[in-house]
Amino acid sequence: MAYIIEALNVCKAFGSNVILDDVSCQVGAGENLVLFGKSGTGKSVLLKCIIGLLTPDSGEILFEGKSLLNLSLKELNEQRKMIGFLFQSAALYDSMSVRENLEFPLIRNFKFSAADREKKVKDVLEKVSLENAIDIMPSELSGGMKKRIGLARTIISEPKLILYDEPTTGLDPITTKEISHLINNLQRDLKISSLIVTHDLMCANIVADKAIVLNEGKIIFEGKLEELTKKEDKFLKDFFSPEEIQHNSGSSNG
Amino acid sequence: MADDTELKGKGLLKRFFETISNLSLFSIRFFKEVLLPPYEFAEIKKHMYELGVKTLPIVSVTGFIIGLVLAMQSQPVLKRFGAESFLPAMVSLSVVRELGPVLTALIFAGRVSSGIGAELGSMRVTEQIDAMEVSAIHPYRFLVVTRILACTLILPILTLYVNFLAVIGGFIAMTLTESINLQFYLNSVADSLKFVDILPALGKTFIFGFIVGSVGAYKGYNAENGTVGVGQASTSSVVLASLLILLVDMVLVKVTVLLWPT
Ligand SMILES: Nc1ncnc2c1ncn2[C@@H]1O[C@H](COP(=O)(O)OP(=O)(O)OP(=O)(O)O)[C@@H](O)[C@H]1O
Ligand SMILES: [Mg+2]
Repeated sequence: MAYIIEALNVCKAFGSNVILDDVSCQVGAGENLVLFGKSGTGKSVLLKCIIGLLTPDSGEILFEGKSLLNLSLKELNEQRKMIGFLFQSAALYDSMSVRENLEFPLIRNFKFSAADREKKVKDVLEKVSLENAIDIMPSELSGGMKKRIGLARTIISEPKLILYDEPTTGLDPITTKEISHLINNLQRDLKISSLIVTHDLMCANIVADKAIVLNEGKIIFEGKLEELTKKEDKFLKDFFSPEEIQHNSGSSNG
Repeated sequence: MADDTELKGKGLLKRFFETISNLSLFSIRFFKEVLLPPYEFAEIKKHMYELGVKTLPIVSVTGFIIGLVLAMQSQPVLKRFGAESFLPAMVSLSVVRELGPVLTALIFAGRVSSGIGAELGSMRVTEQIDAMEVSAIHPYRFLVVTRILACTLILPILTLYVNFLAVIGGFIAMTLTESINLQFYLNSVADSLKFVDILPALGKTFIFGFIVGSVGAYKGYNAENGTVGVGQASTSSVVLASLLILLVDMVLVKVTVLLWPT
């Protein structure tokens, strides 16, 4: 299978605090890969290493087979236009309205007419069920709404790959399902591959084609979500209390 | 004890020079990026407008009062030497050559560099700058270049305005004690001001504007440690910008005097 993004033997430490210790993971083209891990294990750090916000101490990051490390800023930005990133904190531009937030990457990276832009903005807002928020400032949005606008801003430029940092944390079950199905729809309709960091088993059950688990700097599991529950490992057992998986396993996508 | 203070002093000096060298690198980048597209004219215009609105009331009051007080203070002194007729010249020369540019710049620093420091600082700690970066937009060009440029362009305009108000303030002060007509006053002001009084002084306000913009942007852009860092960026940029304005002014005054001896 062709991989869209590969992190190979990535190590990252802050001072003497080793966060990632020889981590490798790959997302196949058109695949949704879910990354689990306890709070503070370095999931966000791994995503930031992939997108180049942090530089790995060693290892390699390949996007469609080409290295993302040691590129000039110009070359890196060409690649970044094809990768979306949803921040855990949403990171909306708070001096700009929702509309301006969404248009911001469109105006500068693509040559859409004003009418096309307007249409795209309305489209993505509909996808995240926030059509009415178009002229609101981020400070007037609730936490969950911010998250959804952040998601809208990530998907509006239709990248090939999206890195989601906890897309459903803090959302109610109904919105969680909507967002999870949205991720699947993007995969089905636009062939967008995803790397999804989450603790949310409901979301994982809907979106995951494959799952990996990061613990203490290492990938300790890689495979199908269903296999996770059958593992004898103490940590995995604690992490995925089997009851929850069984309750939700019916809605897994095919 | 003495050793301790000495050490601290050394650390402070070292930190100061480190800051200055990092700040220089940061500002040099401005000249590399300013000519590259995309040109964010709308942003520059927006910032200039905001900066103007934000500082206009305070610099207006300052300008007027400086002129007023300067004239009131100088009048008895000049009278003592029988040189009262030099009062318009004295007020306008002091204001145009030195007080106008420096005071406006210092107020501008207090109001604007702290604002830029806080704004960019909070964008940094809430990952908004990172968000720009990952969406392939140069945050330096969009956030920093536009702000530095706006500061550099708006401060000279503000200074001219302050100079004008100060001269008017001087006139008002004189009318309080004697009858003098505005026409005569303005004529003697115009006669006393020469090219060397106006242009170098105006030239340095561009540099002051640049200092205010780049110090604020530098502190904010490199903010760390969450909201605490935002506060630090804001206050420390005022201190640094004011200090640099005074130091640079000292050097530039010397240079001006050497280049255009009167
Ligand atoms: N810029 C940084 N400087 C120093 N340490 C950092 C930095 N960023 C992250 N860390 C450390 O790296 C570790 C992992 O952080 P990270 O944000 O990746 O956790 P996470 O797995 O995403 O957790 P969560 O699920 O809570 O978001 C933490 O212990 C954090 O203290
Ligand atoms: Mg995280």
